[in-house]
Amino acid sequence: MGILLLEQTLNGLQFSVTLFLIAAGLTLVFGVMNFVNLAHGSLFMVGAYFAAWFAGVFGSFWLGLLCALPATALVGLVIEVLVLRRLYAKDHMVHVLATFALILIFNDLVRIVWGPLPLPLDLPTGLAGAINLGPVPYSSFRLVIMLSGVLVGLLLWFLVTRTRIGMWVRAGANNREMAIAMGVNVKWLYTAVFTFGTVLSALAGVMLGPFVAVESGMGDGVLILAFVVVVIGGIGSVLGAAAGALIVGVVDTLGRTALPALLSALLPPTIATSLGSALGSMMIYLVMVLVLFWRPSGLFPANT
Amino acid sequence: MKVLISRSTLVWVLLFGLLALFPWLATVAGQDFYIGVVIRIMIFAIAASSLNLILGYGGMVSFGHAAFFGLGAYAASIAVVHGADNVWLVWALAALVGGLSAFAVGYVATRTRGAYFIMITLAMGQLFYFLFVGLRQYGGDDGLRMPARPGLGLGLDISSEMVFYAVVLLWTLLMHLMLARLVRSRFGLALEAVRENEQRMGAIGYSTRQYRIIAFVVAGVMAGVAGALLAMHNQFVSPKMLHWSQSGTLMIMVALGGMGRLHGGFLGAAALLLLEEVLSSYFSYWHIYVGAVLLLVVMVSPDGLAGLGRLFRRAPAATTGGGRNQ
Amino acid sequence: MKTNKLLLGMTSVLTALSLNAQAADSIKIGFLTTLSGPASAPGIDQSDAFKLALKQLGGKLGGLPAEMISVDDQFSPDAAKQGADRLLRRDKVDVLTGVIYSNVLLAVTPAAIANKTIVLSSNAGPASIAGKDCSPYFFSVSWQNDAPHEAGGKYMLDKGYKRVAVIAPNYPAGKDAATGFKRFYKNELAIEMYPKLGQLDFAAEIAQLRAANVDAIYYFLPGGMGVNFTKQYSASGMDPKIVRVFQGYDADQQMLTVGDLINGIVNTGQWSSDMDNEANKLFVSEFTKTYGRVPSTYASQAWDAAYLLDAAVRNVGGKIEDREAFIAAIKEAKGFKSVRGDFKFARNHFPIQNQYARVVTKMPDGKYLNKMVGPVLKDHSDAYIGECAMK
Repeated sequence: MGILLLEQTLNGLQFSVTLFLIAAGLTLVFGVMNFVNLAHGSLFMVGAYFAAWFAGVFGSFWLGLLCALPATALVGLVIEVLVLRRLYAKDHMVHVLATFALILIFNDLVRIVWGPLPLPLDLPTGLAGAINLGPVPYSSFRLVIMLSGVLVGLLLWFLVTRTRIGMWVRAGANNREMAIAMGVNVKWLYTAVFTFGTVLSALAGVMLGPFVAVESGMGDGVLILAFVVVVIGGIGSVLGAAAGALIVGVVDTLGRTALPALLSALLPPTIATSLGSALGSMMIYLVMVLVLFWRPSGLFPANT
Repeated sequence: MKVLISRSTLVWVLLFGLLALFPWLATVAGQDFYIGVVIRIMIFAIAASSLNLILGYGGMVSFGHAAFFGLGAYAASIAVVHGADNVWLVWALAALVGGLSAFAVGYVATRTRGAYFIMITLAMGQLFYFLFVGLRQYGGDDGLRMPARPGLGLGLDISSEMVFYAVVLLWTLLMHLMLARLVRSRFGLALEAVRENEQRMGAIGYSTRQYRIIAFVVAGVMAGVAGALLAMHNQFVSPKMLHWSQSGTLMIMVALGGMGRLHGGFLGAAALLLLEEVLSSYFSYWHIYVGAVLLLVVMVSPDGLAGLGRLFRRAPAATTGGGRNQ
Repeated sequence: MKTNKLLLGMTSVLTALSLNAQAADSIKIGFLTTLSGPASAPGIDQSDAFKLALKQLGGKLGGLPAEMISVDDQFSPDAAKQGADRLLRRDKVDVLTGVIYSNVLLAVTPAAIANKTIVLSSNAGPASIAGKDCSPYFFSVSWQNDAPHEAGGKYMLDKGYKRVAVIAPNYPAGKDAATGFKRFYKNELAIEMYPKLGQLDFAAEIAQLRAANVDAIYYFLPGGMGVNFTKQYSASGMDPKIVRVFQGYDADQQMLTVGDLINGIVNTGQWSSDMDNEANKLFVSEFTKTYGRVPSTYASQAWDAAYLLDAAVRNVGGKIEDREAFIAAIKEAKGFKSVRGDFKFARNHFPIQNQYARVVTKMPDGKYLNKMVGPVLKDHSDAYIGECAMK
């Protein structure tokens, strides 16, 4: 029992960090540019596809990672310059529609290029197994994912709070007109931020690629998760994304583990499993609704 | 109030006339399959128009609208499965369910703004979706069959396609007229004003949240009835109808047709469904074309098809001009 | 004289007209399947196989020129209904086939049956259609949804595993899978888990499996979910002695993606690509030659659908307009050489067939093959036949 508890706690934590990794790119774009980017999931998917493809070509996961990031960044840059740039000033409706269109396009595009079956993407050799953390065997690659999530978090925090670019980013997030008036080249700042956000999305895709099916539509579920995290935590702040990720990760893991166990203790087994799994699916949405009802702008929004 | 018969009204009267004659024309031409196609277009036209009310006129980007559509369909199917045989009762039930759920969602969602609003509507829509996916008694993911259409009375047989077509056409006409009256009424104007500048409206004493919630409820009722009609048309309903991708489809329709334009929902539903029908017979990768068309529309003509006329005129009409900043 | 000629003319015209109204000069097949979107791989497989079979048969079924009209169901019962309507009413197809998913099948079957069009399911086999909603116009050339799960249960019972886990998504098909499994695996389960449909991360479930000390896991995780679970399971240091069993049709597809990770895993189904009969040898070689990949279970079913129709049409001499006779011919399946060997229908028009255990095996050339192990259930028919009123 103790081992299970330990493992599940680790899992909850790991899932939280994974969620943060997924949501990081989104919260940046959201916060700075006030842009609802539904294509975030598609960029995640493109990152995973590039990683799978390059890894297959070079026979190495790490080379796949190294090539996938700039490749996806290029894709992000292209759509920013060609399409999204004209839409920043318009309202959220337009963002939603345009990026929804991109989801449709990308989902078919990857099928055209790589076919309808999932692409193989193996774990890097050496990290494919588990190591023993005391009594608990834990997947080594999951630990690497956690590490990358933490590193990304630190990087973002450093960039945003300690550098000049970060200052511009915060200025742009808080008050765009003022930032322009103060001489910040907002147009290229936005391009840079979006491209960086793309790289983060792609990184999440590459890191998760070995654990999930690399297939058309894989970004859709990820997109919703990312949004839930960002919205609960508050748009535009790294702290918010971290808080949101922690809450969602823990709640979801609890919902899948503790809840069925709790219900089994109280109700007959068949009802317990049905109710438990039904509630488990709805858990994170319920939490989001509750949080937003209490705090309509999330927990730690950037703009107060 | 004087009624001026404008050119556009004339066009629409003609259009409805044509729609009324269509089933006979189709049968004579031996193409009665298309009667079903038009029925489906009209049903989605009602659903899209209901979204247009909150999205176009109300400025609220609701990504969970399909939930009301699907709830209406399920309410109708479940009622029939349990023995309801009166279509008026079933419609009333669907309208009630649509309206109540819209009230619940609207009440919670209107506490938020912007992207938070979008997400909370999406989340609540997904809650309903997962509810029905898991609901074994009513089919879950396999869907629920409606054994027979509930009776119309009046000596008419609603299982006949011609009769059903007439029923759907009448509903479409009714919803269209209702929407027209609503958006031109004080309520409609206030709603649009709230969309344009909520602060100012609040400052002059309007309870802006109330207007939004009422709009939600009206839209929910419309969508619920549309859902019931679709369930009756297919004699089948599945949780897919509540999925956020279905909400996305409805949004595409509104965008294509023209947000905040009276005929936006109708034009958009017709355009998208016809586009899908044509494209899917030729390409297996037709989603890409739909996406491209949507992108084009969003970038070139933000007022959709309804606004195309404007592009070819000299100066824009002074209706809802100006930016639509949040 | 003139009157005679006129009469003669009229008679010949009338005869010609009545002849046209009688004999069908071609057979139209409505192929409604999932061709777009993420869930399209099985549909594309079936479409490929059916087209190949038609080509092998010279574009004819039982001597009648065959026209295959493909429609994409978009993985949506609503869109499928419209697509089916088009096939039934505008194209006036004689047979509707190709449907992969149960919810689509359930949506379109009633209208087809009311239209007296034959529905030949090449994949989905929901319990209701096997049981209380059975119809003479419906045939399944594939399997009833519970079959591979029942076989899984029997396999585990025979092997004597004591601590067994079952994992399936939380929706009726998942629950049915568990029920089917438990119908044959009579012992108590160590743990049952029902993750959310489309779930990405299975770390929590894997931890519970570890804690429950299972010696065997039966899982039904279709599509991407299965790949996710497999990838994560393999990385989490679970005891390699734990046996995993799942379904053949998923195994066929997963072999192409995560072959290494499912090497040696048992899966259940009614067909295997190494089955030793003439029809299967032809099928596998032609399919591999034409499409560059080993055919899947889905493909085998579509191929069989074509050949079944071929035999049936031949047995009625091309007179498919006589629906009763055509139905009887399909039911009898005389002369039909399935890629599974001998084939017969039960009275509810579902197949009576063996369910086999197969094992994913790495071949010397590095590719994977789902190798036949042996039959688990022999001459097996489904559990719902008792509810079917047909004789």
